[in-house]
Amino acid sequence: MKYILLIYGDERVWTSMSSEEMQKVYAGHRAYGEAMTKAAVMRGGSELKPVSTATSVRFKDGRPKTVDGPFAETKEQLGGYYIIEVDNLEQAIDWAEKMPGMVDGTVEVRPLN
Amino acid sequence: MLLGRIVEEVVRNDGRRVLAGLIRLTGDFDRAEDALQEAYARALASWRRDGVPEHPGAWLNTVARRIAIDRMRRDRTVDLPDDLEAPALIGAEGLDNPYDPPDDDPSGIEDDRLRLLFVCCHPALAPDARWTLALRTLGGLTTREIARAFVEPEATTAQRLVRAKKKIREARIPFDVPSREKLPDRIDAVLSVLYVIFNEGYASTDAPSLVRPDLVREAIRLARLAVELLPASAEARGLLALMLLTDARRAARLTSGGELVPLDEQDRSLWDRAQIEEGTRVLDEALGLAAPGPYQTQAAIAALHGAAADATETDWPQIAVLYRALLAWTPTPIVELNAAVALGLATNLQSALDWIAQIEARGELARYHWLPAAKADVLRRLGRDQEAIVAYREALALVSNPAEQRYLQKRLASLIESSAVNRDVGATLTPTV
Repeated sequence: MKYILLIYGDERVWTSMSSEEMQKVYAGHRAYGEAMTKAAVMRGGSELKPVSTATSVRFKDGRPKTVDGPFAETKEQLGGYYIIEVDNLEQAIDWAEKMPGMVDGTVEVRPLN
Repeated sequence: MLLGRIVEEVVRNDGRRVLAGLIRLTGDFDRAEDALQEAYARALASWRRDGVPEHPGAWLNTVARRIAIDRMRRDRTVDLPDDLEAPALIGAEGLDNPYDPPDDDPSGIEDDRLRLLFVCCHPALAPDARWTLALRTLGGLTTREIARAFVEPEATTAQRLVRAKKKIREARIPFDVPSREKLPDRIDAVLSVLYVIFNEGYASTDAPSLVRPDLVREAIRLARLAVELLPASAEARGLLALMLLTDARRAARLTSGGELVPLDEQDRSLWDRAQIEEGTRVLDEALGLAAPGPYQTQAAIAALHGAAADATETDWPQIAVLYRALLAWTPTPIVELNAAVALGLATNLQSALDWIAQIEARGELARYHWLPAAKADVLRRLGRDQEAIVAYREALALVSNPAEQRYLQKRLASLIESSAVNRDVGATLTPTV
């Protein structure tokens, strides 16, 4: 089954990092991606641009309306995602627990249809 | 009717084991339950006609599995592995000779129940879904019984079960025993589910009687199951010991009128001595595994109370030490409150008051009625009646359980009465002094 791992964290923590710290996190993600590829579970993923670039198309009574900003303004923002294919939730959680660069924040694990 | 009672017995003794195997076979709680229901119906019809088989549980297992496999074939929603063709299971003899013992080896069945225990207590499920599912599938309680136990509409319980099963199915929570590195955490999760069930039964927040014996009995049954399935877990034994030792005092805990009787005033001849002995024995087994933990520590405290012939013989110094240890395991303000009271009774009461004042100052237990109640009790023992009266009133303003409320009111009333007597005595004496 395919799962998406949605990475939520405080964007300001990320943007206030020194470039060395950022490089360390990126190195972590490279290694993580390689490990996923090696385990043949990697199906895709990407970092997202900051939430300030987000646009939402909201629907009301079937009519779309474009507005600036994400779905919801929250303390933690969606910063990136991975799509993996594994046997079950337990294995998906195993990968989520290994997410690099996490100090605070959340990795949401959702099965794909 | 007799047959109905026999089927009921089989349901109680074997139904849950069969269900665990069916869930593994079908990979789905609802399919498994449907197959089991159908098997019960067939059992009633067939046993009425042909008599009850020698091994009714085995009969039920074989028939239920056959029903489940037939339905999976018919629905074609699942790829059936080839080994399901095993003749012992669904071959011609399977039904013609229902007296055969099950083809499963017993240890396989136990494994399925262990898997089920871990699935029901999986951290990906909401906490209230965990104990509901455990009571339903492992405890064998009906939705109505669970709803009654937790004092909620049956529809709420039913809805929670539907959501939990849906999450298990759609997110694919595996029907499996956790990996070795996750096992300790998952065992903790299992035990905490059983502990919640027990506590809800023993110190119910809403029950007018304060105790729900059905939940207590279920929790102990499930704890026995956990010990049986996790023989190497010291804490599983610790939890079973804690439940046995605590529940052994049940008969002395309430008066016939439903009044709460505090530990130091209980009639100890009403304590269930056999159960205290069993609890102490289980605790000794747990301690023998040399892996201490919070349940064992609480059980040890309960065992010390159980060993005291009367309240004055309670080994408070030892209990105070154990509460200190418990506080290190579970640093919650409620444990701290108990540690404070134990320290006071072990050394001097003022030290308890000082500690309670610290907890109070942090404001963590501002809504918890046992904090002012504990303070009132210590003040009463110190003879500071007026302050005790104020504290009892604070506790009464916060309490919600009717039995606890009656207890606090009674304490308050007797204190007001005795201090009024003292005042009268003082008043008559004053002029002569």
